[in-house]
Amino acid sequence: MVHQPPLLEIRNLRVEFPTRRGTLVAIDDVSLQIGEGEVLGVVGESGAGKSITGAAVIGLLPEPGRIAGGEIRLNGRRIDGLPEEALRRIRGKEVGAIFQDPLTSLNPLYSIAAQLVETIRTHLDLRPQDARRRALDLLKEVGIPAAEDRMDGYPHEFSGGMRQRIVIALALAAHPKLVIADEPTTALDVSIQAQIIAVLKRLCRDHHASVMLITHDMGVIAEAADRVAVMYAGRLAETGPVADVIRRAQHPYTHGLMGSIPQLTARTDRLVQIEGAMPRLTELPAGCAFHPRCPRAMDRCRADRPPVVSAATGHQVACWLFEDAAAPAERRDG
Amino acid sequence: MTAFGSAAAHPDPTQGQTLRRRLADSDLWYSFRTSPVALGAAVMALLILTAVVCAPWLTHDPFDLTVVDIMDASKPPAWMADGTWQYPLGSDDQGRSVLATILYGTRLSLIVGVLSVLFAVILGVGLGLVAGFAGGLVDMVIMRLADIQLSFPAILVALLIDGIARVALPHELHERLAVFVLIFAIGISSWVHYARTVRASTMVERQKEYVQAAWLVGTPASSILLRHILPNVLGPVLVLGTLGLAAAIISEATLSFLGVGLPPTQPSLGTLIRIGNEFLFSGQWWMTIFPGIALVLVALSVNLLGDWLRDALNPKLR
Amino acid sequence: MLVFVIRRIVQSLFVMLIVALIAFVLFNFLGDPISNMLSSEATAAERAQMRESLGLNDAFYVQFTRFVANVVCGDLGLSYRLGHPVGRLLLERLPATLELVVCAGVLALALGVPLGVYTGLHRTAWLSHAFLAGSLLGVSLPTFLIGILLIFVFSVTLGWLPAFGRGDTVAFGWWTTGFLTVSGLRALILPSITLTLWQLALILRLVRAEMLEVLRTDYIKFARARGLSRRAIHFGHALKNTLVPVITITGVQLGSLLAFAIITETVFQWPGMGLLFIEAVRFADVPVLAAYLVLVSVFFVVINLAVDLLYFVVDPRLRANPGAVT
Repeated sequence: MVHQPPLLEIRNLRVEFPTRRGTLVAIDDVSLQIGEGEVLGVVGESGAGKSITGAAVIGLLPEPGRIAGGEIRLNGRRIDGLPEEALRRIRGKEVGAIFQDPLTSLNPLYSIAAQLVETIRTHLDLRPQDARRRALDLLKEVGIPAAEDRMDGYPHEFSGGMRQRIVIALALAAHPKLVIADEPTTALDVSIQAQIIAVLKRLCRDHHASVMLITHDMGVIAEAADRVAVMYAGRLAETGPVADVIRRAQHPYTHGLMGSIPQLTARTDRLVQIEGAMPRLTELPAGCAFHPRCPRAMDRCRADRPPVVSAATGHQVACWLFEDAAAPAERRDG
Repeated sequence: MTAFGSAAAHPDPTQGQTLRRRLADSDLWYSFRTSPVALGAAVMALLILTAVVCAPWLTHDPFDLTVVDIMDASKPPAWMADGTWQYPLGSDDQGRSVLATILYGTRLSLIVGVLSVLFAVILGVGLGLVAGFAGGLVDMVIMRLADIQLSFPAILVALLIDGIARVALPHELHERLAVFVLIFAIGISSWVHYARTVRASTMVERQKEYVQAAWLVGTPASSILLRHILPNVLGPVLVLGTLGLAAAIISEATLSFLGVGLPPTQPSLGTLIRIGNEFLFSGQWWMTIFPGIALVLVALSVNLLGDWLRDALNPKLR
Repeated sequence: MLVFVIRRIVQSLFVMLIVALIAFVLFNFLGDPISNMLSSEATAAERAQMRESLGLNDAFYVQFTRFVANVVCGDLGLSYRLGHPVGRLLLERLPATLELVVCAGVLALALGVPLGVYTGLHRTAWLSHAFLAGSLLGVSLPTFLIGILLIFVFSVTLGWLPAFGRGDTVAFGWWTTGFLTVSGLRALILPSITLTLWQLALILRLVRAEMLEVLRTDYIKFARARGLSRRAIHFGHALKNTLVPVITITGVQLGSLLAFAIITETVFQWPGMGLLFIEAVRFADVPVLAAYLVLVSVFFVVINLAVDLLYFVVDPRLRANPGAVT
């Protein structure tokens, strides 16, 4: 097998937020990889740290956050800790980003053609007419009807779904290899969500771009992702191929997540609920962060934090139930 | 709205703690403690307040004619040639100690300032609550009024009201009522800001469940307004009030300086500055400069506190 | 859009009418116009006759209509104090005030906006802190005090600039200007600075606050995530979005320059409308008060209308939905 370095590799990432009440650890020793053309879903509750992970990759951590440990590598090259100007050149060109709320992601005072052309010309050396043609192509790709006539319109003239498509077009304008999509459908109507996910998938496939799909919605993950990483309280709980994790969830938390999804075909009387709530970052319990809510907690869980181990090929989990699978997390072979 | 979540939002482990602990622990107190500007302003404000309150013990009443000696007129401040320590900041053309007149003048300035803000707050908050809660025609009328008034600068409104009072009241009655006329004028000129803010908050609160629940149970509107909604809308009013106090003090000083505020028989800092201004060219600068400095200190300390308060209470800056 | 304009104009006229009503009430019911125009020896019969000839016994609405008609034609009555037609007095004084206000307004904008942008973009630079501290001082210092201090330093102590009056002026028809003479320009300096300081400080703080607000928005974050240059983000996106709401408030502020001109004119004995107004207040010269009120309302209403229209031009969201001014 040819050993290819993954497109994005996050190793032992630690993100801290110094506050006057002490330092909060938002991400604690998280390792992830995304291969070329792959869609990695990052799932977890609000506050689990998934958005922060995405922000860390493109160097846009909200104040006063900072990367306190670990590394982030893009195509083998370290990008954490780069100076701002170097990061700026990576953003848009190598890594694109899409945020949650399409209603506020676009500058209301500029036409969408203007915003597209500006982004294109920032990264690609094109004449205005060529850039405009490219913008038009992008708009057609994302499925804006009558793009030629409407491209000089302003954001408020488009619906939420249309605006998110424009956002996707903007993010992919300079052909980045990796797109970080942070809750791209959460603010949209349920009926539109599927469409947007389809557009995203299609475009990334056509542009050969990988995706880090951050969401709390397991349905979206099931629909769009190849692999999934489950985060809990800033830590990694489980990661593996989507079908595997969904059908054979290993971590009790993931198990609970899967059980809480209503399914048309399953015969269940009640949805599984996980007792309690995810702890605040200031009140993290010792040992495994999930143990207070875990139906299978052991004494070990209360004392020591479980390392990430391999449960099956390509399927890793951080849980003391799997200590027996011995070998620590292996590098995924190409 | 942050683009990338707020996983590290400031936690709030205040459940189960006493109120005192919570206050001491709160962001507000911390912000105050660590802001040198806020501390400095608070100290200055406190000093001024103490000096003003203790004025009767610190100096004689400069407007008590039995104490004033006209032979001591126009003496320069103590550190200059010809000055004495009996008149530390010099004396004015009537022989009054400038320091004494400043203390008493500041007292008047503060009284008028505070009372006019109170008046404006009561009027504004009241109208805002009514407009926000009642909605419909009442709301429209009140807001139209507010809009119209807002298109004129406050100082002009105050001037007009004062002018009207001057025309309407016979001269000596006006002199005696000068303080109240001033309070009324400045108050009327500034109620709008409070009304607008409170109206906006009231409209938000009105939609909330606790209000609707109380309404359904049959609680009278006045009770709902005063006991339920009012406490929740007072936050921004506090900030506006503090900043409004500085503005009111300056407004009063301006009106007095223009000759339409407090008369020379009960002068505020503005009146003192006006009177002293006439002696500026003959070299007796202390009569106008020292009251001027006092005015600046008062306004500055209040403004700084208001600024700090606004930043500290602004949820978006946390 | 036309509907919007028409509606605003109608609103403005409505406001004007209300102001006219207040002015009219002032004019006729506060203070007795008769006793102000006749000597105290006039007999009761003479007074009654005067009342009749002035139409003071007519019904309220008749008097009011007459008043409005007069105002529109420029007849604003006679000043109690000076005896001259108020309209003429105001016209004489208008150029002085306007020149002062224009100078101060231009200064306030030309300095306030760039400084506000700078302090918004470079929050931690010491220069920013200095400007901010200065602006706080500017808002805490009453205008008249600034004037006095400037006079004290530059007139009394240093003797560089005049402390009162307009200097020499040149007349063009009914307009007199101080711009064309050296002494006129010199006389303009201290009053302009005095008048502009408050506005400048306010505009600076406003622009800064807006800038900071805009820099926190999602679309700026998205712009950064797209790798746009700092210049493009700051001056292309942030600045444009900052200036839109600043326009309204600046418009209103420019209007309040007129009010602050009253103070400045008093300090510097500047022969403008403001000085006239103050003297009218002091001597209860009701016709002048009423006329000033009407004139100033016209001014403000026009400014508000102009600002609303400008908003329209600048913000594409409003062109689609005229009712929604955010």
